Amino acid sequence: MIDGSPVLSVRNLHVTIPTPTAPFVAVEGVDLEVKAGETLGIVGESGSGKSVSALAVMRLLPPPIMVEADDLRLGDLDLSGLTEHRMADVRGARIGMIFQEPMTALNPVLTVGRQLTETFLRHRGGRRSAARDRAVHLLERVGIPQAADRLRAYPHQLSGGLRQRVMIAMALMCGPDLIIADEPTTALDVTVQAQILDLLAGLQTEHGMAMIFVSHDIGVVARIAHTVQVMHAGRTVEAGSVHDLLARPSHPYTRALLSAIPRPGMRWGRDPLGAVTWTDDGAEAPS
Amino acid sequence: MTDVDAIDGPSPRQLMLRRARTHPGFLLGGSIVAVLIVSALTAPVIAPHDPYAQDLANRLLPPVWAETGTWDHVFGTDALGRDYLSRLIHGARVSLLIGVCAATGSGVIGTFLGLVAGYFGGRVDSVVSFIISSRLALPVILIALAVVSLFGGHLWIVITVLSLLLWDRFAVVLRSATQQLRSQEFVTAARAMGCSTPRILLAELLPNLVGPLVVVASLEVGHAILLESALSFLGLGVQPPTPSWGLMVAEGKDMIFFDARLIALPGAAIALTVLGVNLVGDGLRDIFAPEGRA
Repeated sequence: MIDGSPVLSVRNLHVTIPTPTAPFVAVEGVDLEVKAGETLGIVGESGSGKSVSALAVMRLLPPPIMVEADDLRLGDLDLSGLTEHRMADVRGARIGMIFQEPMTALNPVLTVGRQLTETFLRHRGGRRSAARDRAVHLLERVGIPQAADRLRAYPHQLSGGLRQRVMIAMALMCGPDLIIADEPTTALDVTVQAQILDLLAGLQTEHGMAMIFVSHDIGVVARIAHTVQVMHAGRTVEAGSVHDLLARPSHPYTRALLSAIPRPGMRWGRDPLGAVTWTDDGAEAPS
Repeated sequence: MTDVDAIDGPSPRQLMLRRARTHPGFLLGGSIVAVLIVSALTAPVIAPHDPYAQDLANRLLPPVWAETGTWDHVFGTDALGRDYLSRLIHGARVSLLIGVCAATGSGVIGTFLGLVAGYFGGRVDSVVSFIISSRLALPVILIALAVVSLFGGHLWIVITVLSLLLWDRFAVVLRSATQQLRSQEFVTAARAMGCSTPRILLAELLPNLVGPLVVVASLEVGHAILLESALSFLGLGVQPPTPSWGLMVAEGKDMIFFDARLIALPGAAIALTVLGVNLVGDGLRDIFAPEGRA
């Protein structure tokens, strides 16, 4: 997009989970902004609120959980003001989502073709054959051989990498403005992971869509994201372009995340937050 | 690319067919049920006599294996001279019709309640659980007797009453199965694709529940057949002269010491049918076994 206006902009997001004792604030004052053709990486450990933020944007968190934001808009559409019915029209059509576990995110008893075409017919209508053609086209695009035959396959007949490709094709079926990928490569082995990352990056340049990439792995995020947001305990602790953030991490938590990636010549030591991790040989852990 | 060599296996349908072909209980039960269905469907053609035709000159003729038996009446005749084999064959129609219709009716009720309770949980679940408990507190045969004696013993009244009384197992089984499924990621994924709640329930969850559903349904068919026989035996089910196995046992009970065949044959028919249906149900449970769905 030339004007550079954000596809998604979220201001001051709060997610509160009521518990019997006191309400638990899972996400506190998080801002998200992503432009067309750009990828925002959200990094953080388990429970840091990164996935919850992604689900909150989709308004997929179940009722007792409260989501509040000063601003939650997709393009010029105010998502927080939409009825559930209108929101369902946005999901899948304008926002596509890719999940962590391709094993469980596909319905085991429906064929791949049915799951792909169903989304398309739900949002775009039209003839089943048109939806089928689009499904075959996308399956080929995401690198699935014999795509037309694969439409009849059940998820368990495909390997993990192929299943994740199917998920990606499914998210792309309606040509969304925004893709939210929640740990899309975590369940895959490293070589497949690299292929999927390349595929996502390629698709993004092709379609010019915005992407939010959630991961606990700062190495993966560094590879695909343009801007990065580091989350810890429900807050954004650091945000910036991927280059700046990797070169000059200012927050101790970001440094801790970076130092968690082992390199040759490292030994076990204490990270800036005091946890056992890899540190540079002989170097004093920064305080 | 390393992952292009997809792991291809047989489709779930092929796997199930393979298991079905090698399951002795399922094959035996399936054969019994198949014979019953065929004879029920073709009853007017294969029955040697009219099941309603009385012939008082030929009352209580013995079956063919007795010394004076003839091939004209293979199972002999009853107290009104009606051909017993023909009545048994026509009785299969009544039993199967009631069994299948009652299981379908109760299946619809129980599936709806179980799905809704399992998916929504919370207050909805509490209400449905209360309804299930209330239903379990009702003695089926007494309620059925009361209703049938109030409204009469027409076939469709019996079917309706049984439908309204036999849904509990469907509801209980589907509720817990749905509870396990609702937290699966594909449900969230379906919502993320913009599926509405009814669509998730019917198009995403229900196909995953076909296994338990069919198993419970087959067991309920047997249950309904037994209950119909009991009601007819007590004189409150299907009314004479309709040939119903329960009714035939009731009509024969006065002759039990003189001609045990009058009770033994319809009794055996009931037992064989329920056995066949239950064997099919047990077999289906093995065939739909979750470990088959890798």
